[in-house]
Amino acid sequence: MSGIATTLGTAARFETPSATRDSRIVKIVLMTLGLGFFALFLLLPLVVVFAEAMRKGFETYWAALVDPDALSAIWLTLIAAAIAVPLNLVFGVSAAWAIAKYAFPGKAFLTTLIDLPFSVSPVIAGLIYVLVFGAQGWFGPMLADYDIAIIFAVPGIVLATIFVTFPFIARELIPLMEAQGSDEEEAAIVLGASGWQTFRHVTLPNIKWGLLYGVILCNARAMGEFGAVSVVSGHIRGLTNTMPLHVEILYNEYQFVAAFAVASLLALLALFTLAVKSLIAWQAARPPGKEPLA
Amino acid sequence: MAGHSTRKVLPGFGLTLGVTIVYLSLVVLIPLAAVFVKTATLSADQFWTTISAPRAVASYQLTFGAALLAALVNAVFGLILAWVLVRYSFPGKTLVDALIDLPFALPTAVAGIALTAIYARNGWLGQHLEPLGIKIAFTPVGVLVALIFIGLPFVVRTVQPVLEDLDAEYEEAAASLGATRWQSVTRVVLPTVLPALTTGFALAFARAVGEYGSVIFIAGNMPMISEITPLIIITKLEQYDYAGATAIAAVMLVISFALLLTINLLQAWSARRGRRET
Repeated sequence: MSGIATTLGTAARFETPSATRDSRIVKIVLMTLGLGFFALFLLLPLVVVFAEAMRKGFETYWAALVDPDALSAIWLTLIAAAIAVPLNLVFGVSAAWAIAKYAFPGKAFLTTLIDLPFSVSPVIAGLIYVLVFGAQGWFGPMLADYDIAIIFAVPGIVLATIFVTFPFIARELIPLMEAQGSDEEEAAIVLGASGWQTFRHVTLPNIKWGLLYGVILCNARAMGEFGAVSVVSGHIRGLTNTMPLHVEILYNEYQFVAAFAVASLLALLALFTLAVKSLIAWQAARPPGKEPLA
Repeated sequence: MAGHSTRKVLPGFGLTLGVTIVYLSLVVLIPLAAVFVKTATLSADQFWTTISAPRAVASYQLTFGAALLAALVNAVFGLILAWVLVRYSFPGKTLVDALIDLPFALPTAVAGIALTAIYARNGWLGQHLEPLGIKIAFTPVGVLVALIFIGLPFVVRTVQPVLEDLDAEYEEAAASLGATRWQSVTRVVLPTVLPALTTGFALAFARAVGEYGSVIFIAGNMPMISEITPLIIITKLEQYDYAGATAIAAVMLVISFALLLTINLLQAWSARRGRRET
């Protein structure tokens, strides 16, 4: 799952020598099975989203998107991502710097702890904030005294989003920075650069593609999170509904076209994320020194 | 590499480690600890009654059974897809390779309603399966379909790099020593891929166990039949049974931690195997 560079040009290496070449029948069978599975489980759901959204024409589609409740859901989704992604970015870079550049006891354990949110069910991610900030939670009575609402309000949604997207950027950067070592940074420091200058001019150019990849993955998940946000949101229309929750409400009200219309925006976001990812993989695979996008 | 000399040269260790630990504690560790603190307010008897209620046990069976089956299906087809992507060239390969990650990027609720639209009784495929007596949506099979969808990229993306790094020379050596193609694939290629395949399987399984969004639309959520464990937690929360919800969550968390540990050990095995091969 890790690594941004996928090389697609390797097939020829295996297709030419007779020892690694599969017979025609094997090739046909495997390609039919593999691509058939791909078409059924990945391609078809994607096509269905757009086809169902457009079922009653573009006007109905558009009306579902400019509905005030839909617009407020889009707005809240953007806000939650705009808070969660930068916070996790700062954390991700800090964690990667500490873990990749230094040796200290408990390093492997710390890395495992960072991965923790990946293995926790999104529903539990929501539940924990209810236990801490909910009416019957640790800080619930205190928050009620000051009239601060976290659960069933926007702050809870932001917190749940931060939790589920917590490891994305750190996870992408740690192996990358470990592989690059610290020779270049040490040289910069020895030559008199400050810590920040070293990071800005030496480390950042080296990790920019991995960083960007982590950010877009983090953003996609932040905007698309459903389970965790669903627990803390309270589903108040126009107030605490994010796009995925709005999709659910519309769907449960049998407004299928509207549900798929909002879903299609999220699907476009997913396609955009995959396109940027492929572009980054292609950029990272290029030999260094030829970087027109830099 | 990072060592004692590095620690003296590069600045920022205290700051970055401090930020990491404080943020990790505030966002992840302390809230997670709330689950165990809350569970501790239950007596052992209450705890056991909650987690061993028939409806809860039926949900564990469905959640873990479907997750296991989905991970197995993904292990087989993920390996085939990784093989096809690495070994063969065909038009549209770049597109297929990019779209493999779709389940990582597509919000689970979107996947859930799309799969339901496909497999419901009047759905795209459902209407053709219905006359044959095959029901997928609103049955445990629907849960399986959703879990296959979300788990597929884990297997492909862990196996693919290992297949790419595999030197053609191993199979050439096997062939020149008289191995048939079948023998060189099963005795040379598969053992090399096995640690990565097991890791991908475990990752897909771990993800499937906790999945919620894509499942609840297609499952039908009938108690004792198609109700997954995360949904039990939500139902209890909606009834303000916080202690009950937390008890079930504690069971799931302990299992998730065990899975995380297993995955780490598997990845260490995978890395060791990788070093020996190169």
